[in-house]
Amino acid sequence: MLDHLYLIPLLPLVGLLVNLALGARLGNRGVGLVGCAAIGAAFVVTALDLAALARLPEAARHVTQTAWTWMQAGGFRADVAFLLDPLSAVMCLVVTFVGFLIHVYSVGYMHGDSGYRRYFIALNLFTFSMLTLVLADNFVLMFVGWEGVGLCSYLLIGHWFERHSAAHAARKAFVVNRIGDFGFLLGIFLLATSLGTVNFHEVFAAAPERWAVGGALATATALLLFLGATGKSAQIPLYVWLPDAMEGPTPVSALIHAATMVTAGVYMVARCHALFELAPAALVTVAVIGAATALFAATIGLVQRDIKRVLAYSTVSQLGYMFLACGVGAYSAGIFHLATHAFFKALLFLGAGSVIHALSGEQDLRRMGGLKGRLPWTHGTMLIACLAIAGIPPFAGFFSKDAILAAAFAGPLRWLYYVGLLTAGLTAFYMFRLLYLTFYGGSRVTEEAEHHLHESPPAMVVPLAVLAVGSALVGLLGIPLLPGADRFGDFLKPVFADLGHLRELAAAAAAGHASATAAVGHAAAAGAHGAAAPGAHHASVGLEVALMAVSVAAGLVGIFVARRLYLLEPGVAQRLAERFQRAYRTLLDKYYVDELYGALVVRPLERLSGWLWRVFDVRVIDGAVDGTGGLVVLGGTILRLFQNGYVGTYAFFLVLGVVILFVSLGGAR
Amino acid sequence: MTPIFFLLFAAVAVFSALMVVLQRNPVASALYLVLSFCSLAGLYVLLHAPFLAAVQVIVYAGAIMVLFLFVIMLLNLRKDVEAGVHRTARQLFGWLLGLVLAAQLYLLLRAPWGLGPQGQEPAEAVQAVGNTQAIGLRLYTDYLLPFEVTSIVLLVAIVGAVVLSLRQGKHEGIEEAP
Amino acid sequence: MSWVLGDSVPMTAYITLSAVLFLLGVVGVLVRRNAIIIFMSIELMLNAANLALVTFASFLNQTAGQVFVFFVMAVAAAEVAVGLAIIVNVFRARQTVYVDEVNLLKG
Repeated sequence: MLDHLYLIPLLPLVGLLVNLALGARLGNRGVGLVGCAAIGAAFVVTALDLAALARLPEAARHVTQTAWTWMQAGGFRADVAFLLDPLSAVMCLVVTFVGFLIHVYSVGYMHGDSGYRRYFIALNLFTFSMLTLVLADNFVLMFVGWEGVGLCSYLLIGHWFERHSAAHAARKAFVVNRIGDFGFLLGIFLLATSLGTVNFHEVFAAAPERWAVGGALATATALLLFLGATGKSAQIPLYVWLPDAMEGPTPVSALIHAATMVTAGVYMVARCHALFELAPAALVTVAVIGAATALFAATIGLVQRDIKRVLAYSTVSQLGYMFLACGVGAYSAGIFHLATHAFFKALLFLGAGSVIHALSGEQDLRRMGGLKGRLPWTHGTMLIACLAIAGIPPFAGFFSKDAILAAAFAGPLRWLYYVGLLTAGLTAFYMFRLLYLTFYGGSRVTEEAEHHLHESPPAMVVPLAVLAVGSALVGLLGIPLLPGADRFGDFLKPVFADLGHLRELAAAAAAGHASATAAVGHAAAAGAHGAAAPGAHHASVGLEVALMAVSVAAGLVGIFVARRLYLLEPGVAQRLAERFQRAYRTLLDKYYVDELYGALVVRPLERLSGWLWRVFDVRVIDGAVDGTGGLVVLGGTILRLFQNGYVGTYAFFLVLGVVILFVSLGGAR
Repeated sequence: MTPIFFLLFAAVAVFSALMVVLQRNPVASALYLVLSFCSLAGLYVLLHAPFLAAVQVIVYAGAIMVLFLFVIMLLNLRKDVEAGVHRTARQLFGWLLGLVLAAQLYLLLRAPWGLGPQGQEPAEAVQAVGNTQAIGLRLYTDYLLPFEVTSIVLLVAIVGAVVLSLRQGKHEGIEEAP
Repeated sequence: MSWVLGDSVPMTAYITLSAVLFLLGVVGVLVRRNAIIIFMSIELMLNAANLALVTFASFLNQTAGQVFVFFVMAVAAAEVAVGLAIIVNVFRARQTVYVDEVNLLKG
């Protein structure tokens, strides 16, 4: 199977082509079947490939397959080639497994939608692009996948494009992403011109040799790549598209804006860890932005009233965690959290979808409540997801979040840990607020919604159940402290094997400079990661356990406060909101960031565009074109003067021509 | 003797051509043109082309010029009034261009002529069969196609002349140009 | 001009005569305003060309030139027929034969 890596992205592509060509004839049932089968098949291939990969000795877990040579010019080369190593295998597994479940869910959720076929085609196209992104073995192919997922995000957010808000949100997502993509592209250009290659293997081998640690080139490239990541993975400053993206169908939010597309940025940073390690300033930037975003988004999520908005801000916040992990050098912890997050966030979104579906489209938390008995499966699975995201053991979120917090604590900037801890508490709070407001207490459901209230069909409930099992158990793959229990981290080790060497380089360079921060940071990092390697844990076991206890405590505190405010004493929340009205409104209005961007960026650009259109396009360009035509007309008008209608004049010119002809002929003679 | 005749015919031809251009009365111009054609016929004889001389007189002087005279009289043209648009410019530039052309032709023609290879029909051979027969022989063998095409051209000309001179609709008067 | 006293006329003389006649025809076309006179000048030009053709036929000892003249005369006749018909038509429409009074095709 490892010889056929191309099958993994190919199968969804085949699915979408079949649906595109034959969809009308297959009917909705056929379309859904084809779409799900394609991803299901891709999942099977991925699983087989993963197993095959695991059977290889550790050093050899690095399989490439070139499909064909795409670009070759001089020394530069970019092929359509796929790379399967533990990192990409894990990503593929997440994408195909969660993707498959969401496809199945969509069959139920989108039943009866007029754009059913269009939806599945876009969903398959998305999966194809995402898999290309993840399996690419060079930056250019990865960028192709990167753009592809951006496109599908646009198509799917705007699935109900007749709604103005949806069309607007789709456009916003695309444009904001584009800004990030610009940075990404510039980063690729820097790599290509400086190192002469875009192949991952070659780049990561050449960069440490040729680039100065902390130098301008390394830092610039890393920061530009990270800009791309902030766009795709919704971090400060380019996160603003994600909450609006909730205009799309809920399964889309689950797949693209929770489990897969938004994680592309994290994947990219992890993949390019060599470059980031060579640019300590950039790495610190990553960590700081990650932590800041995590806290920032969590605060906004505290007061949101739309169930999907809460989850959107939660996603932004959790992505911040992942970047924080990468920023302090704990890449495998970041990827671990990516995987666990995919499960419980997808579950949360699909569950929310189930609730919305049951309530005939209601999304406002203030009009829910008391649904526990009516939607038992939805409630049960969402409860598990909430426990997972709050970091309660033994559910998945606990292990991954804890790994990140431990790394942050040991990292160069201690205050990042405290930010992370605070965010953990807030996360637990707002998630359980959501849970209580939706399922517990008295029913605030409207009359008409009440009429059609029913648990969702099996097509929707079964994926919920599967994801719940995953959310419960996946965490057990990454148990810290116990030797050999961190299967996840061990599996990913070969990918990050060069970290030791890179950190030595960085430390040496730092020691060479008189830079105190860098030296301290790297010595500490080197020390901490020496500690993170299996077998060298002993000195910090006690510390780790203490940290675990603290994070669990934070989670529990969050849950209890939420319980108090939303279950036991419902009026308290209202009174608090009134008391701290200014703060409340600021949070509710998302710190007015959208308004700020609108004033600073959007409107000036619109004015510039308008000017360019009216003055430049109409007057200059059209003027030039019309002017050329006008010139021709002018020429004709002048030439017309010769046509005075008199034969005699024409004869005169005829003879004149002959005379001139004789001159030239006579010259020859 | 030949040069004398040549000079005589040449002088008459040039003089009458000049009169054609300068005469005000169109009938006078036409008659002078007839004179010019006849002197040209004489020149053809000097050039050993008696058949063409005859044809010149019959066709040009006898048919074409008659046609001209018919039309002049049909249209009842009087003496030309040398007025009209651009009169000065026309006269000035016309003569000027003519003189320029003359100069050019003179310059072109005074250079020594390198006559090409002699043709295949020495004068004696032609004399043997006679000029007319010689022409006929060439005409109906090598130049048969142009001959046939010319007959069609003449047909077209007849049709064209008739069509063009038909009155449209219910006008009265002359139906055809002569 | 020494040949005047001699036996034969050199070719140059004929060619020069042809050129002069042609010239007079050109001047006629350019200077006169009566369409008929212009037409006559054109005939003059054609004849000048005929003379040149016959001259070459004679001096090169071939009858091809004369055959050509034959064709030229036939076509000239056809042309005159049609041309005069046109002039008559123009006269009927505009009551004039002067070419500088007819400029409807002014562009």
